[in-house]
Amino acid sequence: MIGRIRSVVLVPLLSIVLALVAGGILMILTSPLVTGDLSLILPLEAYAAIVSGAFGSFDGVVRTLVNATPLLLAGLAVGIGFKAGLFNIGAQGQFLIGALASTAVALGISDGSPWVAIPVALLAGMVGGLIWGFVPGALKAYTGAHEVVTTIMLNYVALAVISWAVSGPMRGANVTFARTDDIVGAALPVLFGRDGHLGILLAAVAVPIAAWLLYRSTIGFEIRTTGANPDAARYAGMRPRVVIVFTMSLCGLFAGLAGATEILGEVGYMTASYSTGVGFDAIAVALLGRAHPVGILFAALLFGAMQAGAGNMQILAGLPVQMVDVLQAVILLFLTAEIVVRRIFRVRGETAEMVELASVSRSYGGERAA
Amino acid sequence: MEALYDIPVIGLVIQFVAYVVAQFPLVAPIIVAAAVPIVFGALCGFMNERSGVVNIGIEGMMLIAAFAAWWAASLAAQAIPATPGPFGITPALLIGLVAGILAACLTSVLHAWLSISLRADQIISGTIINLFAFGITGYLNILVSQSAPPAGGQFARILLPGSITELPVIGLVLKSFISVGPIALTMLISVVVLQYLLYRSRWGLRTRAVGEHPRAAETVGIDVIRLRYRNVILGGVFAGLAGAYLTIEFGNAFQSGMTNGRGFIALAALIFGRWTPLGSFGAALLFAASVGLERSIRIAPPTGSLGDLLTAIPSQFYGALPYIITIVVLAGVVGRSVAPAADGRPYQRESKAA
Repeated sequence: MIGRIRSVVLVPLLSIVLALVAGGILMILTSPLVTGDLSLILPLEAYAAIVSGAFGSFDGVVRTLVNATPLLLAGLAVGIGFKAGLFNIGAQGQFLIGALASTAVALGISDGSPWVAIPVALLAGMVGGLIWGFVPGALKAYTGAHEVVTTIMLNYVALAVISWAVSGPMRGANVTFARTDDIVGAALPVLFGRDGHLGILLAAVAVPIAAWLLYRSTIGFEIRTTGANPDAARYAGMRPRVVIVFTMSLCGLFAGLAGATEILGEVGYMTASYSTGVGFDAIAVALLGRAHPVGILFAALLFGAMQAGAGNMQILAGLPVQMVDVLQAVILLFLTAEIVVRRIFRVRGETAEMVELASVSRSYGGERAA
Repeated sequence: MEALYDIPVIGLVIQFVAYVVAQFPLVAPIIVAAAVPIVFGALCGFMNERSGVVNIGIEGMMLIAAFAAWWAASLAAQAIPATPGPFGITPALLIGLVAGILAACLTSVLHAWLSISLRADQIISGTIINLFAFGITGYLNILVSQSAPPAGGQFARILLPGSITELPVIGLVLKSFISVGPIALTMLISVVVLQYLLYRSRWGLRTRAVGEHPRAAETVGIDVIRLRYRNVILGGVFAGLAGAYLTIEFGNAFQSGMTNGRGFIALAALIFGRWTPLGSFGAALLFAASVGLERSIRIAPPTGSLGDLLTAIPSQFYGALPYIITIVVLAGVVGRSVAPAADGRPYQRESKAA
């Protein structure tokens, strides 16, 4: 058991360490632009500022959780796809449509009781995301159009839909630029701290649900079997096409919920140019978490903490917050170039590979699915 | 002519054609300018995917190149002030151009190493590049902009003599396509040359072989790994030109995330253009025309029943059209677009495979 955990966790942890080192080198190299002089202790200042910003205070911890919430839910949306051998680049679009759908519904029932408004608005977000996941799923299953391309395209279609909806039918009454009114009736209650909203709990509950779905339910078994070996799945009487459509819809549902909690709990309204990087960060989260719900939980917490501490880093160390984006990308880089990590740290023992991923970018561009 | 306008459906089409013809001189330069980075991006994708490497990192490569070109040109302009020559060329701009191309090529080396040597998932490799590019250019841009560096200038378009541009039809086409800056001119040449090379040269034959059936290519003595490396890195040149176009020809400033999805439209153009340079060029022009049409409808809406129809369509629809078309084409609803057979599959030499 310990050996198994080690084989799963070791490489991601070492990737994080290497990324911090590489990030530190970048900080030192660019320190003349920051302090006017080469500074060797800049990375230490920066990392200390991130840690104290993310964990140094109660508000900081809450901020970490608030940031981790959409990353966790969208990370599940990508991770569940991986389990079925599907690369869901569309968490972004599913998130956005989920956000839009929940906003639309929340604005529509703003004078009702929150006991009705909140569940309905959340549900709308899930349905919106589900639709945006169903489309590429169905296209993949029945026409062979590769989900990587279709989901990328749908991400941009989602942006256009939002721009149209918010500057047109959903535009607020007394606003100076294209945005909706504030969501009042369906705003998620703050449970703790300054902004620790209900979405955090929803995300926490989503982890065991996703784990149960994947590892304890029949459909989860079918998802994993289809991902590992579609032919075997078919011989065993499973229907890969149905599994593909179901999985993509499920992914969309999680990403849509992420969008809904973000709007209802954090932002409170939508703008015509509403955009986010959550969908792409979610890919990094899912990969760092080895596509396992518990792993995704930890990865989302890490990224959430880094984003929560980024502001503190900018204030105390003078480094732009974008440094955190660089660190996230470099973590993913080392994770992908696993062989380098293994060589540097002389890690032996077998690789706990995600077998499902092996089939991900095959048949790109439209090979008819079985 | 106007008498035909009242025929149902067909009348609308005739009105539309008349409107487009009337508006074309105004929007043609806008369309070409919008198409340049998309075409270059698609050519980058072409170099990758025709030899069997998927590249969704075009966006990131363009962004890095855009920043590198702008920063290098700005630094060089401070060091070597010069009066612009023909095309507005200064040493600073040339240094910027080279820096942009080099930056994109270096990024391509990373993509090649991850996807060819390490046989990592190529979609993940592209994702890494996009995430990294967004972070690093945003980070450096803020640091560099603190000292408010002067712009490095921008390339100018060549002016054709009036005797040519005043020719009917041809004059307009020449003016739109030839009376442009040097990077945009390079685009036209690149498209023609690559299209020719793909089908008429040894390199093209080998590239197609490696993209379709690498095992067979290796059997006849083609070094698959080497060819893929070379093509992916050369592809970076085009991503570099796309990025440099944005910051030292089309404009002279850098903004965080300024590529704004152009790398992904380029991917769409590549797919819609069936993985050929000429096809991608046509697709990019069509996508850019969709934007041009939107602009034109906003500025000078058509009159009559066509006007009612076109102004009723939300302007965002035109922006989304390229993506919708690509999905439709990929799904095979109208004419199927099929990727090179080995696209996305890492290659492992037979001798090394167990």
